[in-house]
Amino acid sequence: MRINLNGQPRFVEEGATLQDVLPSARGVAAALNGSVVPAASWESTPLSEDDAVELVTAHQGG
Amino acid sequence: MQVAGIELPGRLWIGTGGLTSTRLVGEIVEAARPGLVTVSVRRTSDTGSGGLLDTLRGLGVRILPNTAGCLSAREAVLTAQLAREALETDWVKLEVVGDETSLMPDAVELLDAAETLVRQGFTVLPYTSADPVLARRLVDVGCAAVMPLGSPIGTGRGLDDPRAIEAVRAAVAVPVVLDAGIGTASDAALAMELGCDAVLAATAITRADRPAQMAAALRAAVGAGEMARRAGRIPRLTTARASSPMAGRVGT
Repeated sequence: MRINLNGQPRFVEEGATLQDVLPSARGVAAALNGSVVPAASWESTPLSEDDAVELVTAHQGG
Repeated sequence: MQVAGIELPGRLWIGTGGLTSTRLVGEIVEAARPGLVTVSVRRTSDTGSGGLLDTLRGLGVRILPNTAGCLSAREAVLTAQLAREALETDWVKLEVVGDETSLMPDAVELLDAAETLVRQGFTVLPYTSADPVLARRLVDVGCAAVMPLGSPIGTGRGLDDPRAIEAVRAAVAVPVVLDAGIGTASDAALAMELGCDAVLAATAITRADRPAQMAAALRAAVGAGEMARRAGRIPRLTTARASSPMAGRVGT
């Protein structure tokens, strides 16, 4: 099925969870369809067709 | 100085925006000895992008994530929530701008986002127009400090309207942090002389020819401005007032 990861289309297998598409939780945070999902819940968060996933970390900024 | 009951080690706060290399961070932090350091929150695709965060954590500085680039309260609230999760801090420099050209704060969205985030347990430090009425409203909804702009982001013009900064200072009891517009040391000194508690500089340092040297200059200026304010300056007069005694002049 197709999801959207940081604005880009991404194909994942049926039954995939948030954990399957995200790297380690160190210094990053994820949102699924506009809501933050704590790293501890990534493994138990199943993905659905057209889900929008955001993955962020700290960058330079003023 | 303290913000929300937390003692900060310096009155110069620095932003990492405009850095050409993460390698510069160490020498800038060493020169600035900042009260805290701001970062933005942006999309990442890998785990190797933790470079800046790791560097800052290694330096032992307090990290303040911002919501730069957000144009609505909804975006800013989500960005703050992501920052809290990623950086393990509930402090946020709240920025909600009205458009990407002026980068001026959107007062309506800003106040809305501030109220929401305070309710969710965040320590909110809003980037705001130099407007005493808005500053008071932000404090009324629970903001821990206010960060009025000296001049638009990145312009380096210093304080366009020093009287407005004084008015913000007079309007609120929370810390006032001059944010945006700092170009050089005298701007930082003026902000402190006007009663600001701290100054935040980003590109004034990162885009200077010699960033660490500018960081050191701003640190000295913030210290000088603070010291001068506490010393109590003389009033401005419209006419001259002799400093040498009139009595005992030759030929009188």
